[in-house]
Amino acid sequence: MSVFYENRDIVTPGDLLAEGEFEAGRNTYKIDSKIYACKLGLVEYKGKTVQVVALNTFYVPSVGDMVIGKIIEINLHGWIVDINSPYLAMLRPTEALNKSYKPQKDELSGFLDVGDLIQAKIIAYDRTRNPLLTIKEPGLGKITRGQIVKVSPAKIPRIIGRKGSMINMLKRETRCNIVVGQNGLIHICGRNSEDERIAVLAIKKIELEAHTSGLTDRITEMIRKERRSE
Amino acid sequence: MTEKIRLVDDNGIRTDGRKLDELRPIKLEAGVLSNADGSAYIEQGKNKILAAVYGPREVHPRHLALPDRALLRCRYHMAPFSVQERKSPAPSRREIELSKVIREALEPAIFLERFPRTAIDLFIEVLQADGGTRVAGITVASLALADAGIPMRDIVAACAAGKADGYILLDLNDLEDKEGEADVPVAYMPSLNRVGLLQMDGQLTPEEFEKAFNLAIEGCKKIYALQKQALKAKYLAIKEAVEETGQK
Repeated sequence: MSVFYENRDIVTPGDLLAEGEFEAGRNTYKIDSKIYACKLGLVEYKGKTVQVVALNTFYVPSVGDMVIGKIIEINLHGWIVDINSPYLAMLRPTEALNKSYKPQKDELSGFLDVGDLIQAKIIAYDRTRNPLLTIKEPGLGKITRGQIVKVSPAKIPRIIGRKGSMINMLKRETRCNIVVGQNGLIHICGRNSEDERIAVLAIKKIELEAHTSGLTDRITEMIRKERRSE
Repeated sequence: MTEKIRLVDDNGIRTDGRKLDELRPIKLEAGVLSNADGSAYIEQGKNKILAAVYGPREVHPRHLALPDRALLRCRYHMAPFSVQERKSPAPSRREIELSKVIREALEPAIFLERFPRTAIDLFIEVLQADGGTRVAGITVASLALADAGIPMRDIVAACAAGKADGYILLDLNDLEDKEGEADVPVAYMPSLNRVGLLQMDGQLTPEEFEKAFNLAIEGCKKIYALQKQALKAKYLAIKEAVEETGQK
């Protein structure tokens, strides 16, 4: 039983993290009793599990996730949605329209057109089939105003913070409504463009400094400073 | 040629002033392109190579998609201005072959089976060539893959060794490659102790080959340390800058 790094050290793929009776957590893999990192990130030893918090990653769909996507194609079976992941998602008419859909006469582009942005939830996904979406829940549907910021999906937990500490602070300080998609797209909707500008700046700063400590306080300070300089 | 060029002098010093087992100076940088999912740049002596990674993403054309794993597509390309005589920009027979061997050197390092029906596209652009571009290409490509956040078993380091003027040399430059007797490029995963590429061009005795191979492995280990450093550099710099302002 031995570990080779300190908590929150930066490790690279192939680094030997631990040897002995450990369990391989996220972004690690195991050969015999040796645990190696498979991504660039910060190592965490939590009891028997060893995991790596990745510094950069892409979004892998997961059932129940709220995502923000863009309609890129319409066919007879529904809408094809780009959700910033390796797989394109499908939104079927039954998961979007309140009335029954008849392909013979109903035109889907009248409801959602190519280029429209939607807030949706993943209802089905496994590696053999592309993810399915729904917008039939409160809060979901077409995005009509505000701004979208794209960040690396690896930084999403940091933007939300422990028990939502970061995101609640952001909403309070910027007076914007912020919706965080698990796929790295963030929707900001404020009362004026100045509020939105500050929110975008704050999110970009969080993304850049995600792997440092004491971030929430620094962001609060930054937002207040921006406000004063208005 | 009337007189043969001397590649190693009486003191064991090579044409560019290096010792027999010395690498060329290497500069590595990760994350240099903002529009690629992952990227890296290497300068190894006079070699200058850029690598970009896109994906995993949808496969186009769709019939190429594999049902059980991701498709790794690799393009090694030399810019027309990368060599002394202008090179036609169309992919040559050599470039197509190198694309294949580089792909095969990198495939065992990537967890391709985790992303079935997708493609990972890798572009290696040689901006300036001075011998050993295939190994430098592998070195920089694996750095770009790690930068893209693609899960990997290990970073692949690659280095060549060879023989010139009867001496076994590490990291041949263009002149030593062309005028020398043999060239042995090796791609190696140090943590797993696995070889992903091994070629030999020229003639060596079994003893000489073993010596060259071991020398190349040593070179790979040195390059591996540089790769790890380059991956971490970007994040460590931000961390340091933040901590510095915090102290003030």
